[in-house]
Amino acid sequence: MHTLIEALRFIGHNGALPSDPAAPTLVHLTLQMLAISGVGIAISLAVGLPLGAWLGHLHRFSFAAINVSNFGRALPSLAVLAIGDAILGLGLTVTEVALVILAAPIVLTNAYVGISGVDPEIVDAARGMGMSGWRILWRIEVPLAIPLLFAGIRTAAVYVVATATIASLAGYNGGLGYIISDEQSYHLSGVLGAAICVAGLALLVEGVLALVQRSLTPHGVRLEQDVRGEEDLDALLPVTSASPL
Amino acid sequence: MIALATPAVVIPTFGGSPSSYACERANRLFCANWVSRNWSSVLWPALRQHIVLSVVAVAIGFAIAFALALVAHRRRAVERPVILISGVLYTIPSLALFEILVPFRPLGLSARTAEVALVSYTLLILFRNILTGLRDVPDDVREAAAGMGMTARQTLWRVELPLALPSIIAGVRIATVTVIALATVASYICDEGLGVPILAAIQDGVFKTELITAGGLAVALALCADGLLVLLQRALTPWSRAQAR
Repeated sequence: MHTLIEALRFIGHNGALPSDPAAPTLVHLTLQMLAISGVGIAISLAVGLPLGAWLGHLHRFSFAAINVSNFGRALPSLAVLAIGDAILGLGLTVTEVALVILAAPIVLTNAYVGISGVDPEIVDAARGMGMSGWRILWRIEVPLAIPLLFAGIRTAAVYVVATATIASLAGYNGGLGYIISDEQSYHLSGVLGAAICVAGLALLVEGVLALVQRSLTPHGVRLEQDVRGEEDLDALLPVTSASPL
Repeated sequence: MIALATPAVVIPTFGGSPSSYACERANRLFCANWVSRNWSSVLWPALRQHIVLSVVAVAIGFAIAFALALVAHRRRAVERPVILISGVLYTIPSLALFEILVPFRPLGLSARTAEVALVSYTLLILFRNILTGLRDVPDDVREAAAGMGMTARQTLWRVELPLALPSIIAGVRIATVTVIALATVASYICDEGLGVPILAAIQDGVFKTELITAGGLAVALALCADGLLVLLQRALTPWSRAQAR
């Protein structure tokens, strides 16, 4: 318990280290980590969303699109970083590559399942009104798939924040992992303080994305969810693919 | 924090003839000789610990989630708090959760701390999948069971649980793979699992062979476990394949 109080005091002092006045502040390291994670999430979205949405629109390659995230989930992040370090050498590049390898499949699968799961009668009605494929995708399928799209984005974002913490030891010397991997100078209380910041950051990212999701969800979809009493609870987890393999 | 007391195991003291350790000294991508020399002293113990950590975590997690799901199946009010609490636990990055648990007296820097964190990651996945499986049993099946004179308890064990098996095993698959991935991170707080050789290799100047072998073993373990559970599901629910045809 004593350590916990020390850790909170460490956070209160903004990560100051008596033995090293030049040590980076907690705010600085947190922002740095946010930047590393932001780049990783942005690349994952740029790869996963268009590909997943496009395949979902065409209803093609469902087996691959659904199972790529199972495969991504099976890859231990520390193992990916280890293999990446061996092949590419230590550094920020390996970190970002590992983040994208872990996050992009989750985004892709959820985008695929969300878009391909839109009621075919609604899509037929839109086609009957003379909408082109692009317009159907953008005006009909994407808005209706928002809950699942965001389930993927939120999970991926949390994965990325978690992995960015480990990454600092296995390659990149920055972010909050800088403190966590240096117990000798920061002691248990400092490490614990940084860990609390990481947990807070993950919950914050998740919360902000939940708010974005709420504002982007079309009114009709929200009404439907309220009637079924599901709300956001179901969007907490990505698709737990029940399909055998 | 890094609990690595045995860096000596990694790069051998370069005795013997100059040619026998040429591969290690050049730090090539993969030295098969190193792997065979260190299999029984480094790699196999780490792999065995990793398997034990993961199996124990999934077993305990399943017992807790199963009990909670049975309660929530009868009393809907229980579902929401369980989902919210386990959802928050699921969101906290693994390394942070490991570190946060360390100061609590009975835990400390031990495998017990790792188990508590790993179990907490399985709860959300298992609880949701077990509950969804039970809820998705069609009402007329339940009525038929009641019509045959089955008690609530008989209906649960003979009708509802068998029908929920695909969803339950899907949950166990995801939980197992997730735990195997996260157990690599446990090496930050205790000297167990495949994370130990990975961290040791990074400390020892990025020793590539060890990184690739330990990382590869972790990935292979996750994929094997996933495959085994798929086979288990097929063996336990032969009817679901008969329907699919």
